[in-house]
Amino acid sequence: MSKSPKTALAIAAAMTTAFASHAFAQTKINALFMAQAAYSEADVRAMTDAFTKANPDITVNLEFVPYEGLHDKTVLAQGSGGGYDVVLFDVIWPAEYATNKVLVDVSSKITPEMNSGVLPGAWTTVKYDGKFYGMPWILDTKYLFYNKEILEKAGIKNPPKTWAELNDQAKIIKDKGLLKTPIAWSWSQAEAAICDYATLVSAYKGDFLKDGKPAFTEGGALDALKYMVDSYKSGLTNPNSKEFLEEDVRKVFENGDAAFALNWTYMYNMANDPKDSKVAGKVGVVPAPGVEGKSDVSAVNGSMGLGVTSASQHPDEAWKYITFMTSQAVQNQYAKLSLPIWASSYDDPAVTKGQEELIAAAKLGLAAMYPRPTTPKYQEMSTALQQAIQESLLGQSSPEDALKAAAKNSGL
Amino acid sequence: MSNTWLTTRAWLLMLPLLAVMIAVIGWPMMDTVHLSFTDARLVGTGGQFVGLQNYANMLSSSNFQSALVNTLWFSVVSVTAEMVLGVLAGLLLAQEFYGRTILRALMILPWALPTIVNATLWRLIYNPEYGALNAALTQLGLISDYRSWLGEPGTAMAALIVADCWKNFPLVALIALAALQAVPRDIVAASLVDGAPAWKRFRFVILPYLAGPLMVALVLRTIEAFKVFDIVWVMTRGGPANSTRTLSILVYQEAFSFQRAGSGASLALIVTLIVTLLAIGYGFLVRRTAGSAA
Repeated sequence: MSKSPKTALAIAAAMTTAFASHAFAQTKINALFMAQAAYSEADVRAMTDAFTKANPDITVNLEFVPYEGLHDKTVLAQGSGGGYDVVLFDVIWPAEYATNKVLVDVSSKITPEMNSGVLPGAWTTVKYDGKFYGMPWILDTKYLFYNKEILEKAGIKNPPKTWAELNDQAKIIKDKGLLKTPIAWSWSQAEAAICDYATLVSAYKGDFLKDGKPAFTEGGALDALKYMVDSYKSGLTNPNSKEFLEEDVRKVFENGDAAFALNWTYMYNMANDPKDSKVAGKVGVVPAPGVEGKSDVSAVNGSMGLGVTSASQHPDEAWKYITFMTSQAVQNQYAKLSLPIWASSYDDPAVTKGQEELIAAAKLGLAAMYPRPTTPKYQEMSTALQQAIQESLLGQSSPEDALKAAAKNSGL
Repeated sequence: MSNTWLTTRAWLLMLPLLAVMIAVIGWPMMDTVHLSFTDARLVGTGGQFVGLQNYANMLSSSNFQSALVNTLWFSVVSVTAEMVLGVLAGLLLAQEFYGRTILRALMILPWALPTIVNATLWRLIYNPEYGALNAALTQLGLISDYRSWLGEPGTAMAALIVADCWKNFPLVALIALAALQAVPRDIVAASLVDGAPAWKRFRFVILPYLAGPLMVALVLRTIEAFKVFDIVWVMTRGGPANSTRTLSILVYQEAFSFQRAGSGASLALIVTLIVTLLAIGYGFLVRRTAGSAA
């Protein structure tokens, strides 16, 4: 060895300082997102890059999973001692996450500007029991998309305002031989089916729960399932809907194989992109229809929020990241696949330009957003309802019996 | 050297491995057993002791019974098909023909694919709007309209079984092929000279040599099939209307989606018990086949 012990010591000391200062300056946070609907993975990465550029002392490690894995991945990471600092969560989970202490209460961090600037409907996404468990980020509901060209060929002037009218128009299209099965839905055995069902429940003014007990066995909630079954049996609905998720619906619609489709905001600009879509420029969007005498439009609250996990070692940095991601400036910049949570954005030409039709539908739809029930046992109830929907569609059970069985299996 | 010293030395040498096994298998297993007697949730409290309540609830639930039937159906049909196809493919590949080596190598491909890839691949093939199966069958005139293979209870299970077979029969074929190398050529030649027809030659001359190795393949495949999770999760998530929900899917839902760790643990142990019983049963069979072959 040519190096003297002194030199070695000096090198070691230098290295230690380098590592120490490095460790001191750099905080790494892990964030869990979904790779599906709303903001694309590329959008989330670009937003995050902007954040780390502005905050060079923080690095953000991003992970993307399909929506279907988001809940379980979050809960499992928490059950095994954490891993994520920031998680994306669906509007249906705060009750469970709050009860099981997956997310921290951030009520004290919500500023008056946030409170007054964000749309009231968006806040319901992150609230449980009067407390805030994060910031709303994706403000979304299901809209009725239609293919303008097909409607025109069928001689239909205006898109449907009621669900009954949707059937009438679909029948005209079918009878004229324009499409065999004009309506596409996402009725796969998944949460997607519950979102479509909840939209109809809101139209029929039904209830999921009353005083914490299942109330979906009668009234509007039963009518909603009957509508689905009728639409399926009449042949107006694409029978493959029962294995579709939202992305399948998008592909069918973009291929020109559906005249009507129920889907989230993101489909508007994607279906209008001539690179991937055969129907670019022919995409119409309106709020999901209502039911005569009961409702003018219908909508499900499909929003999602960003929260800090209770296992996070860096809650302050995590919150800083969330504040950035949900800020009006960032949301306005990326308003093509998901609309902002901020009220004043809807009058900002930078946001509305080129998607005036969507914004018009959003103003009506977002105001009518109907919540899926807030209960810590949501996953169980939803699983039971998914089974009820599929059994009814397949004719294995009548809607009445299927919903009664679901009430029994709901864990409530 | 005395026998005792040999035994002691054997145990001493195995000790590190045993310690590791107890740490990574034994301890979690005991913890699962303990968990199964409590009402613990996945996140939050440790749970109260509830005795055999979880087991009683599980065994009497219709969800468990239907999942058990689905699992048995899946296992029996797919393993049977894999064994038959595997042996046939093994016999074919044992023949001398041009391109045999390439075919043998290609054969391993499906088996080498990760199950997730295989499941995604078959999901595309079965796609109701643009899947290859629908295209092939309509072009052949066998069906008039595209169908939703994974959206109907009957065809969904059949579709899963086909996908599973495609991936796993090469394993059986390889085992059969290896065993065929051990069949003495003179006996086969003698049976040919004696004029034994092909079926009898297979049944009485070749099969006895295959029985032992095939038994091993049968045990492996049955246990694997009984635990099936990933292929179902990717292709149908247990749908439509829970017609493809297997026991492992139920364990996952119970423990992770619904966060009932206690009840999920009890179900996992019930599945483990069934698989263990199957393995013991097969063990007897293997020993009997080995005994009769000797």
